[in-house]
Amino acid sequence: MTVQELPIAGDADVVRVRQAVRAAAVDAKLSLVDQTKLVTAASELARNTLTYGGGGGAVVEQVQNGLRKGVRAVFRDKGPGIADVAQALTDGFTSGSGMGLGLGGARRLVDEFAIETAPGDGTTVTVVKWAR
Amino acid sequence: MTSEPFGDLIDRCRAAEEDLVRRWRADVAASLRGRISEIELDKELREILDAVLSSMSAADGADTRSSAYGEVRALLVDLSRGRALQGFSPRETAISVFALKKAVRESVGVGPEFTAFSDVIDELGLFTFETYTKAREEVISNQAEQLLELATPVVKLWQGVVALPLVGTLDSARAQVVMEKLLQTLVDTGSEYAIIDITGVPAVDTQVAQHLLKTIVAARLMGAECIISGIRPQIAQTIVALGIEFGDIATKATLADALLLALGRIGVDVTAEMSKRGL
Amino acid sequence: MERLPILKIGQMLLVSIQVDLRDDMVVALQEDLADRIVETGARGVVIDITALDIVDSFTGRMLATMAALSRVLDADTVVVGMRPAVAITLVELGLSLDGIKTALDVERGMRLLSLAGGSAR
Ligand SMILES: Nc1ncnc2c1ncn2[C@@H]1O[C@H](COP(=O)(O)OP(=O)(O)OP(=O)(O)O)[C@@H](O)[C@H]1O
Ligand SMILES: [Mg+2]
Repeated sequence: MTVQELPIAGDADVVRVRQAVRAAAVDAKLSLVDQTKLVTAASELARNTLTYGGGGGAVVEQVQNGLRKGVRAVFRDKGPGIADVAQALTDGFTSGSGMGLGLGGARRLVDEFAIETAPGDGTTVTVVKWAR
Repeated sequence: MTSEPFGDLIDRCRAAEEDLVRRWRADVAASLRGRISEIELDKELREILDAVLSSMSAADGADTRSSAYGEVRALLVDLSRGRALQGFSPRETAISVFALKKAVRESVGVGPEFTAFSDVIDELGLFTFETYTKAREEVISNQAEQLLELATPVVKLWQGVVALPLVGTLDSARAQVVMEKLLQTLVDTGSEYAIIDITGVPAVDTQVAQHLLKTIVAARLMGAECIISGIRPQIAQTIVALGIEFGDIATKATLADALLLALGRIGVDVTAEMSKRGL
Repeated sequence: MERLPILKIGQMLLVSIQVDLRDDMVVALQEDLADRIVETGARGVVIDITALDIVDSFTGRMLATMAALSRVLDADTVVVGMRPAVAITLVELGLSLDGIKTALDVERGMRLLSLAGGSAR
């Protein structure tokens, strides 16, 4: 399975990212529930990239740890960054008109979750979900 | 073309490839006693040999964990996984790799660079052994999961009512499998009521109680109601002590009470149904 | 932009989502639905999401908004056909869609609406 790089510049791109993540998750033999969790997390993160990061890109690839397969998705933007990550991760916190569930929810839906961000320096969120 | 540690061994192996593969295949086939066809085996071993030799010429040493050996490792993962699934022993599996040494010795001869080659094969053999063990564990845990699913039947009690009688200790993994199955059954049978009977469950911990709760909320999102029956006093105490809100979730003392509740909500005239059945 | 069709069946409106949802389509649906409720005087709305393989916080919020909107316009909304994997994921995400009526399928959804329409209100 190849590495897929996808731009996130509009609503249609968010749909394409979801489809790419779904395909990778099926390929890595994630269970249906785990596929759904990962695709949902990706949808949240892609939308954040678009709404708050002013657009950016996603990299989707299959990963392997010994015999275990998984999918890694990285969301990157060169937007304003997040000053207070803990606050952003808190359920219910939003600086926009959302419900503030995206970031915290995405973290609950995946096995590995990392944010790299600094004010003025963009945001990169990496998630991994492993096949059970 | 060839890199230092292996001298011209790689080229000599390539030149003698046919003879080499024939000897290697014969040894491996003997250890597998015909449980894999010669044609299949031939293809498998050629692929591995080719990858080993290419890796050795690309690598600058015998470190099989380096990226140069990536392709070999991938092939060996496939091999050990396949063998584990087919029920071969670890010894039978690892021999497929170790036997390459003997084939090279006999077919190409031993030179000063044989030691480096031998190190590579030892490492790859151990890697195969290791991945075999992991694959085996995976097979066993998959079987355990299947057993688990078998052990938790979701039964249809009435048109529109299913029940999940849980017996035994519920750990988090089992709770998850069981709950997913329950939700799928609601769709498959078009049932709007699910009774989760936990009479046979001795105790629950926070995680399991949370799973239970999440399942009930998920069922609601799908358009179905869950009723919990058979909560033992100890479990009730756990739930209260953990501060878990069961809120407006229906609970009943027994499975029969829960069924009556569900039937009442569906609008079944229980007395009429019973007399129809001569009860 | 592709708009999601809204069908009128008797006193009810049926929205059956059959495509990969783009955010702008969901926003447009919300507007169209309000218009159609007023235009038709419909008393109930069934939103069929059987074909949806995910519902994220955005779509979830829109479902809640549509339900609230139709309530203001004197129509009841029921969301039908949510798949188990989607429901499990939504719960984990933290969305329980409190106050939204749900049903297993379109038929049951319609029955639920006609029962509600015939009683208290
Ligand atoms: N890529 C990003 N760049 C800058 N800020 C971000 C980024 N992603 C998230 N944030 C900040 O974190 C907050 C929380 O994000 P989260 O996704 O949890 O909620 P939301 O997007 O506001 O609402 P929801 O996702 O529930 O619709 C956002 O409101 C925003 O301030
Ligand atoms: Mg968000």
